[in-house]
Amino acid sequence: MIEVDARGLSCPIPVVKTKKALSSKPDEATVTVDNIAALENVTRYAQAMKYEVQSRADGEDFILHLTKK
Amino acid sequence: MDKTTRLTVLTGITIGISALLLVAFGNPTNMGFCIACFLRDISGSLYLHRASSLQYARPEIFGLVLGSFIISSFKKEFKATSGSSGVIRFFLGFLMMSGALVFLGCPLRMVLRLGGGDGKAIFALVGFTLGIAFGCYFLNQGFTLGRSYTQKKENGTIFPIICILLAFLCFFGLIGIAEEEAHAPFFLSLLLAVGCGMIAQRSRFCMVGGIRDYILFRDNHLFLGSFSLFVVVLIGNIILGNFHFSISLSNSIWFILSMALVGLSGALLGGCPLRQLILAGEGNGDSAITVLGMIVGAAISHNFGMASSPTTVTASGKIEVIVGLIFCTLLAIIVIYKQKKELKV
Repeated sequence: MIEVDARGLSCPIPVVKTKKALSSKPDEATVTVDNIAALENVTRYAQAMKYEVQSRADGEDFILHLTKK
Repeated sequence: MDKTTRLTVLTGITIGISALLLVAFGNPTNMGFCIACFLRDISGSLYLHRASSLQYARPEIFGLVLGSFIISSFKKEFKATSGSSGVIRFFLGFLMMSGALVFLGCPLRMVLRLGGGDGKAIFALVGFTLGIAFGCYFLNQGFTLGRSYTQKKENGTIFPIICILLAFLCFFGLIGIAEEEAHAPFFLSLLLAVGCGMIAQRSRFCMVGGIRDYILFRDNHLFLGSFSLFVVVLIGNIILGNFHFSISLSNSIWFILSMALVGLSGALLGGCPLRQLILAGEGNGDSAITVLGMIVGAAISHNFGMASSPTTVTASGKIEVIVGLIFCTLLAIIVIYKQKKELKV
């Protein structure tokens, strides 16, 4: 499964990294971010790309699990 | 329209109405809000430059930071971070300000000028868009200023605290020469800006982001915020009789290039001047350093005659814009080259 570590990166880099990861159209991917703006932006982008997004907090980080619809 | 887009549109409307009110109550024409101009005035109020008519510690800036600080603390989003290429961000902030002072306006004021019928802003918008598009190319190639790290809370709170202190000094007339420069009443400026800062923090409103996100991801929600700002200001100016359309080709190439510099540096930094203030209020030390770079940039632009006057773009200002564009381009190429090299290793 593709894993993207976007912790500490400011927008739009987390979404750019997610875009690259999803360009090969994987069935699943995991994106880790550490701020709410990035969480919102990655979620919006993944949903627009027809991925289902499940997110959970992990300490100071947020882990997003993307699954192709 | 989804909830996020509605909030962004509401932010554009709120900032637009606030800008119209601030002009009605004393701020200069089409300058209800201008982050670049107001940081330049703050720079002058601290005597970092000596343009005597531009020395007022604008409460709008302090209000935006405080609004962001208050709401991000309340929503538990305040987080002290830094460590993402601070020195580079300082110089990008410096250049973003230099470009804005050649056109005479940050991206926010560019839209306010457009809504007031100032045709020069059309050239500026073209340049701004081109600059962001250029920046998007670098972002797609892998440009990043690197990650930031969580810091001790004091690193994030010091900037808002300094803003509160400066607001007090301004209110008691201890810094700046308020009476020499057109301005709205202190508390009106401060309170409207606190409100705008709060809503801008919630919506992540960003003038660079609006165009950037559309180019990169075909996401128009931030762009709709900027567009709603334009529509509100346009309608408001027509109703108030302040809409006066004028256009001239004089210096148009320099308005294009100077705002291309603002767009490019803003895209590399990850946000427009307004967004940098909001992020600084949320505890982002890298954005606070960018704002400091903008204040120093304003001072040097004035001290070395690079800032334009309402009628003239100076030769040194033109040189500065070209040098700035070259600097940003080289910086992006070097960063991307080094990253690709590291990936190969």
